[in-house]
Amino acid sequence: MISARLRKAFPAGPDSRAFALDVQFEAGAGVTVLFGPSGSGKTLTLDCIAGFERPDEGRILLNDAILFDGATRVHLQPQARRCGYVFQNYALFPHMTLRENLEFAAATLKNLERRKRVSEMLERFQLHEVGGRRPHELSGGQKQRGSIARALLASPRVLLLDEPAQGLDAVLRQELYAILREVQHDFPMPALLVTHDLEEALELGDQMHVFRQGRIVQSGTPQGVMDAPGSVEIARQMGIYNLLAAEILALDPGRNTSLLRVGDWEIPGVYYPGHLKGSHVTLCVVPGQVRVRPRDGRAPAGTMGLELLHVVAGPDRARLLFAGDFRAEIARADWEGMARAEEFAVEIPPAALRLIKS
Amino acid sequence: MPIDWFPLWLSLRVALLATAIAAAVGIPVAYLLANREFRGRDILDAAVTLPLVLPPTVVGYYLLVVLGRESWLGHVYEWVFGGPLVFTWQAAVVAAVLHAAPLLVKSTRAALESVDHAYERAARTLGAPEWKVFLRVTLPLARRPVLAAAALAFARSLGDFGVTIMVAGNIPGRTQTVAVAIYDAVEGGNGDAARWMVLVVSGVSLALLTLANRLTPRRIPG
Repeated sequence: MISARLRKAFPAGPDSRAFALDVQFEAGAGVTVLFGPSGSGKTLTLDCIAGFERPDEGRILLNDAILFDGATRVHLQPQARRCGYVFQNYALFPHMTLRENLEFAAATLKNLERRKRVSEMLERFQLHEVGGRRPHELSGGQKQRGSIARALLASPRVLLLDEPAQGLDAVLRQELYAILREVQHDFPMPALLVTHDLEEALELGDQMHVFRQGRIVQSGTPQGVMDAPGSVEIARQMGIYNLLAAEILALDPGRNTSLLRVGDWEIPGVYYPGHLKGSHVTLCVVPGQVRVRPRDGRAPAGTMGLELLHVVAGPDRARLLFAGDFRAEIARADWEGMARAEEFAVEIPPAALRLIKS
Repeated sequence: MPIDWFPLWLSLRVALLATAIAAAVGIPVAYLLANREFRGRDILDAAVTLPLVLPPTVVGYYLLVVLGRESWLGHVYEWVFGGPLVFTWQAAVVAAVLHAAPLLVKSTRAALESVDHAYERAARTLGAPEWKVFLRVTLPLARRPVLAAAALAFARSLGDFGVTIMVAGNIPGRTQTVAVAIYDAVEGGNGDAARWMVLVVSGVSLALLTLANRLTPRRIPG
């Protein structure tokens, strides 16, 4: 269990704006995702926990051990914190072989025990055949596993992962996710994962904190946050939504329906408790839940007649871009059935509409 | 007139010893300047650089005051080694150290600071104490630019004239280094000896600078 309360302020510099980190969170077993755009303070949070940066004030506890306490001026050195840090580019020492890298992490053990533990770890991560190689002679996946193995050899109490999938191709990415899940299973300890990739958060995260400008603006499970983004900014930050400005024309709690105006179109929705008729809201729609069909002339009631601008037909999904930056994603087979049409009607199932107060 | 090559050998020996001493003292100082926040860091930095900008005569004067037969350091030296330091070839070594150290500290500091901090941070999270981070990670990763700095320091200590002549003098066959010998040869009209020694010193220095350039990578590997 890690619990952190951190404040750290940076005055404006010649080429940087003033920035203030002010966050508080707890992370138990499992993977806790620190999600946010670059510059939102998530890596800084990780560095404060690892002891690379000193917060101005606050308190960091790891399993009841105090790592940092502003009030009593406790600030443990990184060496004493037992944080396993997996760096963005792995940071395997380039002048040592993989085996020497791992032995470096197990330096406190007696010779024989150390060699045994390192061999076991190499075996565990399918690296025993490349232990004698330098990092530049290893494949991306091997470096990745090597850096995780090295971090684990120091017997950490928490794993800190700084954008570990940054710059990896799709195959390596999936490999990394599989390894991290195994690690979670075999070495149970809290893990903090910094990322700006929602897919990654959904893939690995048990909990998620959304960072924005040095603060945590929403917390929950990744799925929960995705289903109900707390604000338009958060929804935009997740990068998966169509965001539409709308006005509530009618609300009927009895029939659980509503009517919404989006531009020139009127579309049906469900009843939204806590909203008023006439109020302006933002609609959130995942492109994969949008339905598209060909139309002749005017769009049928309840749909929108949008102009199709561009289509990317992938192996099994087709991505459609309509005017007004509205995106839809449908099965490729469905797209092939209507590809000859010239005009389309876009329908949003009421259940797929999420409402955020503007 | 036959050419006396003793000054060249003496200079090479002095420069080698001076480089070793400058490295032994300079690398730890460079480490402090590069890694530690402490009061007086700026002053230490300035003090280390001082011999680079002071006239050689000023440096020589200080050395005579600090290490001369009247000073307590001079007494200690006499007591330990059984003779005074000034006007011996060992004094030339001290002069060369002062001449070479500023350059060595400056370049070494830059080399240490150029190492990607992720490696040092990684070493720390793995529990390595600071001395081990330095000796096993930072220094090996910076070894090429540090060697380049040592090569520059060697070339520089080869060329000292002013400080050497003040503290070691110009005793042929004993303290006369190559720079001093060239001056002597020119003054004494021995053009042949001057020419050859100038050529050899230039050649050695050129080779050292080329080596230093080769050693300085455009990028720290990793």
